[in-house]
Amino acid sequence: MTTASLQYPITDPETATIEVSKYVDKWRDQEGNLIMILHDIQDEYGYVPREISMELARDLEVSLARIYEVITFYNYFKLVPPGKHNVTVCTGTACYLKGSANVLSEMETQLGIREGETTEDREFRLETVRCIGCCGMSPALTADGKTHGRVRSSDVTEILAGLKKEGNGK
Amino acid sequence: MKKFTSCSDLAKYRTEQKLAVSEVRVGLDTGGLAAGAGEILGIIKEGVAEADLPVVVRRTGSLGLAYADPVVVVKQEGGPELMYGEVDSGVAQRIVSDHLGKGELIQDHVIATRNRATEFDDRPTTAILIKDTGVNGGDRSKFFQASFEQEVEISTLDPKVPILRALDMGIYDEGLCVQLLPSGVTYSNVLSPDIRRIISESLQNGRVIDELLVKDPDPQVRIVLRRCGQVDPENLGDVLAHGGYAALESVLSGMSPDDVIEEMKTAGLRGRGGAGFPTWRKWKLTREVEADQRYVICNADEGDPGAFMDRSVLEGDPHAVLEGLILAAYSIGASKGYFYIRAEYPLAVARIRRAIQEARVAGLLGDNILGSGFSFDAKVRLGAGAFVCGEETALIASIEGKRGSPSPRPPYPSVRGLWGKPTSINNVETLAAVSPIIENGGEWYAGYGTEQSRGTKVFAVTGKVKNAQLVEIPMGVSIRTIVYDICGGVLDDEDIKAVQTGGPSGGVIPEKHLDTEISYESLSELGSIMGSGGMLVMDEYDSMVDVARFYLKFSVEESCGKCAPCRVGGYQMQQLLDKIFRGRGKVEDLGSLRKICRAMQTASLCGLGQTAPNPVLSTLRYFEDEYQAFIEGGSAYARKMRKQLAEAGEQAG
Repeated sequence: MTTASLQYPITDPETATIEVSKYVDKWRDQEGNLIMILHDIQDEYGYVPREISMELARDLEVSLARIYEVITFYNYFKLVPPGKHNVTVCTGTACYLKGSANVLSEMETQLGIREGETTEDREFRLETVRCIGCCGMSPALTADGKTHGRVRSSDVTEILAGLKKEGNGK
Repeated sequence: MKKFTSCSDLAKYRTEQKLAVSEVRVGLDTGGLAAGAGEILGIIKEGVAEADLPVVVRRTGSLGLAYADPVVVVKQEGGPELMYGEVDSGVAQRIVSDHLGKGELIQDHVIATRNRATEFDDRPTTAILIKDTGVNGGDRSKFFQASFEQEVEISTLDPKVPILRALDMGIYDEGLCVQLLPSGVTYSNVLSPDIRRIISESLQNGRVIDELLVKDPDPQVRIVLRRCGQVDPENLGDVLAHGGYAALESVLSGMSPDDVIEEMKTAGLRGRGGAGFPTWRKWKLTREVEADQRYVICNADEGDPGAFMDRSVLEGDPHAVLEGLILAAYSIGASKGYFYIRAEYPLAVARIRRAIQEARVAGLLGDNILGSGFSFDAKVRLGAGAFVCGEETALIASIEGKRGSPSPRPPYPSVRGLWGKPTSINNVETLAAVSPIIENGGEWYAGYGTEQSRGTKVFAVTGKVKNAQLVEIPMGVSIRTIVYDICGGVLDDEDIKAVQTGGPSGGVIPEKHLDTEISYESLSELGSIMGSGGMLVMDEYDSMVDVARFYLKFSVEESCGKCAPCRVGGYQMQQLLDKIFRGRGKVEDLGSLRKICRAMQTASLCGLGQTAPNPVLSTLRYFEDEYQAFIEGGSAYARKMRKQLAEAGEQAG
């Protein structure tokens, strides 16, 4: 997944000139702060933009490789921006036994992307997660933060249509 | 919250607290919120305010009844505590208007109490819950309800007692079950002629009908989960009123660190993350190392797919975990501690952060805690989605801000841990068990469980099971009891094939071994492990080859790649399993699989690599015929099986 993400070209003018001190200052005096800083950055942007990583390397006086080493090791950190709509299919064991693979493959078919990818128009991003802890209503997925339980692959069209509709309504 | 400056100060506050006589609690954990509990809480709050009812409406964590989310508990003066499950907005409104307003219970949503009584107290029966738990011929609850109502109607009872269909009885496959409220006396295998007897003897004369009475108590014992679903996890005052920090209070007012370790030794508590190392010994070892600084870490990186025990405890009773961490720090002489929590659990993170904040303000954390001279502070560090970080040395690397690569042990973290200092790392459930042990004594705790494995263990039972939920049982209870007596058996009453424990590091336990009493030893003899407590039920339609593939794929993806046995071995096994699953496997592939498994077990650097072969080995051990079928049947069989699996998944969903 990470290799695919690295191929994604990212130069977002919005993030080109960012002051990273506002993320760093809170953690500056604490040992082992890099991961917590990256969390704060990702909370804000939904991913860790390359420009910010470069700025961060300068500020912390570490090499960029050191920062990328950490980002690419952990599944949680993303190098590509989120889509306008984000769908996360749970692939925990309970969901898997109850057919989350069917749901995921239906999502992939309908969106035309694989898990971990964003559609070209950046409308949708599809991801999987190990477990969202909703094993009681498996298989589960979250769509733009809302959790859907007991999903069947036949529900996929409706869920995606719901997202599109909400998006246009805004 | 005021700042407590001494133990007596805290004790005084505690005695001044009064628990609400009438209250409604809504379970707001991740599962509950996903099912809409937030909205339910809003509706009930609004309704109670509008009708100006003398009832407190509060949020709590999860009671563990995941299958029935959202769950609402109603407690009224004089009445029993009643649980409602599968509450939607309509039911929430009726809880306010019917139950709170008029004292009428709501049809089809009450979950019967498992604290069943065997005799009546002096309260008269005011409601009767019924449910047909028989598996043959469909649900006849409505029929029995009608005949019950008819009998009540023609009896001389006054006032007439309402008959309600229950959502769940906590008893399964025992025919018609009847529970009398508020006493909790429960009858099973009730036949039509018995109905009249129940009315005349039990309702009118207050006598228990012995041959119908359910005498077996619920096998569950709630120690770690004792306050989950009871307290408001975001309100320290409420936690204190329910006995929170009582253990800290008694330790700081007269127990030495050695006393605490001794008590833990008596209790026999072993690490609940799965490995089962005695907690007291870990603390003692860490304490004995000369150092200017020691650390305690709470391992809350619950990465097992399908497991949600730790999340439920963190969300339901964060102060219990924090209190455990403070007591651990006191015992080993640490002044700094960390919670290492998965970022995928935002609510757990928020509640722990809040708990730390509240405890600091109240003087339960920080310098000179309760005037005892002992100082300790805790911080939160977030995991970032790496399963291997549940391993001690990898977890330490991650807190240090590095890649979570494990390092060879020894030296163990108790000697050289975080920043090179002695460190004790304990799992969430282990820490949550500490304060009840101190409060009630080590002997009390050791009274539960088996000789080698003391106390209780929390399991998250999911998969193809009727009522997916959290259960806490004393060690020594059988897996069959958990699946059938507590969780209601297999979905759609299919045949059970196996139960998987220990997640990607564990193995499958086939049907014939389900009567095994649970302990660290018995599970590892069967080729699985206790693990952190995930328990997956699998039915006849689940392919064991596919299950092995699923877990192995997980471990391969999560392998950090540092050592070759894990990195290469895992990949090669995955190739072999995929080949077999496509129907292209050869008989000798099974030999190769076993060989790679052994190599990985012996030569891998850390627990992830050493245990990753377990799912493959245990499925090979018990279900080799399924592998053979794929090999002999070739691609035609494989296609058929894959199609069946997809269809079965769709149906179960």
